[in-house]
Amino acid sequence: MFRPHSRLPWFGGLLIAMHFGAAVPAAAAEPYDPWPGLVQDIFNNRAMNDAAGVIAIEMPARAEDAAIVPVTLRATLPPGDARRVTAITLVIDQNPAPMAARFELGADASVSEISTRVRVNNYSDVHAVAELSDGQLYVAKTYVKASGGCSAPAAKNVEEAKARLGQMRFRQFAKPAEGPVSGAREAQIMVGHPNNSGLQMDQVTQLYVPAFFVNELRVWQDNSLVLSMEGGISISEDPNVKFTYVPNGAKHFRVEAKDTEGHVFEHEWKVEGSGT
Amino acid sequence: MTDRFAMLVLLAISLAPNVTKAQQSPLPVSEAAPGVFVHIGVTGLMTRENEGATANIGFVIGNDSVAVVDTGGSVIEGRRLLAAIRAHTDRPVRYVINTHAHPDHVFGNAAFLRDGISFVGHKNLPRALAARGQFYLDAFRRIMGDELIGEVRIISPTILVDGPRELDLGGRTLRVRAWPAAHTDSDLTVFDEQSGTLFAGDLVFLSHVPVLDGSIRGWLAVIGDLGAISARRVIPGHGAVSEWPAALADERRYLERLALDVRGLIAGGKPITVAADTAAASERPRWELFDDYNARNATAAFSEIEWE
Repeated sequence: MFRPHSRLPWFGGLLIAMHFGAAVPAAAAEPYDPWPGLVQDIFNNRAMNDAAGVIAIEMPARAEDAAIVPVTLRATLPPGDARRVTAITLVIDQNPAPMAARFELGADASVSEISTRVRVNNYSDVHAVAELSDGQLYVAKTYVKASGGCSAPAAKNVEEAKARLGQMRFRQFAKPAEGPVSGAREAQIMVGHPNNSGLQMDQVTQLYVPAFFVNELRVWQDNSLVLSMEGGISISEDPNVKFTYVPNGAKHFRVEAKDTEGHVFEHEWKVEGSGT
Repeated sequence: MTDRFAMLVLLAISLAPNVTKAQQSPLPVSEAAPGVFVHIGVTGLMTRENEGATANIGFVIGNDSVAVVDTGGSVIEGRRLLAAIRAHTDRPVRYVINTHAHPDHVFGNAAFLRDGISFVGHKNLPRALAARGQFYLDAFRRIMGDELIGEVRIISPTILVDGPRELDLGGRTLRVRAWPAAHTDSDLTVFDEQSGTLFAGDLVFLSHVPVLDGSIRGWLAVIGDLGAISARRVIPGHGAVSEWPAALADERRYLERLALDVRGLIAGGKPITVAADTAAASERPRWELFDDYNARNATAAFSEIEWE
């Protein structure tokens, strides 16, 4: 099974790639396809199967707001398939840091759908790679056009973003989302964070402002992991993850978020309507 | 060698007059009030064909000097604005005021980069330009081409405005005011008291659907305060010169509808994608460029109102 040897070098590599990436002109008429290189860097060149029937990715055809592009990942394994999806990696090929997020799916939570919001800098393929419990990888792909007009993958209201640092919201939805798993419910976690890309240059020092983002997010039902996310700077400001899961009878949800400056944000909420 | 030189000379002769003429032909401007001039931008997206000239830009002439309010969407447009100024006065340009960070308002700045001219902006403008400048250059190079974007420079203001401030043009005072996050988080207005003319930048849209890139709740609050300015007319960022404060009505209605629809969707547990498809749909027939910006506005409004 693919596992980064250690989390720190993995993110260190991302940051280096990000700075080189920023220097590459984005104007090329036919941009070179970064995907083969990304398969090598992120997935160690492992073989990929076509994802039809295993995982699906849904995004709008155009990034209307470059800073907030909704993406939904669906695990669509048929009921008879004994395997489960253990992880999904989201890659935005043309972004300065292509590796947007890696979600690990809890063994007992039957997470069947994950929605989040990402930044999209350019016309780009977006790949979702599912890893199954038998170690096989499956890849699904979509294409997003860059936003038009004056939309930018940057903060709209910097002061408010700063003021919201560390706030957490958790919402549980009464109706289960559509999906093959019966008894499924839906919940959403929001973490107030600028998720700063670090691509801005300080006017005075001429140095890049360091990146400052949520790099780990974990959600549990009591002590059972529902979902974890390792995130990068392609995740939008105020990271927002909505997911469909199957309740395990737990009384509480617990969420922990960590950022690149070592802040840890934790909160716990009562499970609403458990047992119904 | 000689042939090549001759060819270059021929090329220079054949190209130079056209380029110079095109770049120096004065931008058409109208006199909105005595000494207050405006070029009305085309209602559309910035393209190679329109040279980025989509925003309203203008200038005010005092006894001693001239202030420019926004410089347009390309250096060519900025140069043509300068030519228009020269066609009306020989007084020196003293200030270039940028009403916010968007490319259709600041990409012409380089045309005014010379001794004696100070750039004026919201205290947040340098930060916004630092965060967005390179992205805008890359994005608009794709759309408008190297020829138009190659000479654009991201120029940060040296006179930073935090709250109200006055600029003296000699016998004429401009009241410049920085606002809390609304259209963007670097919005600035310029009020010429003498003529009662308010340059609102993109805090006011008419005909062109408003574009939300700051805070919808902030913008609705700012509209209330803007209405208290005792102007006679407004030069909006986009749309026709109009009576004040009646010009605020359409924009307020649109933003209120958008906020109301988005609140309803959030309360009903609907996803952000549904907001992009449906919020403020009833406003569609009332605006130009609705399909270019409404889904984006709805997305931005949703992610903000979700935190209420």
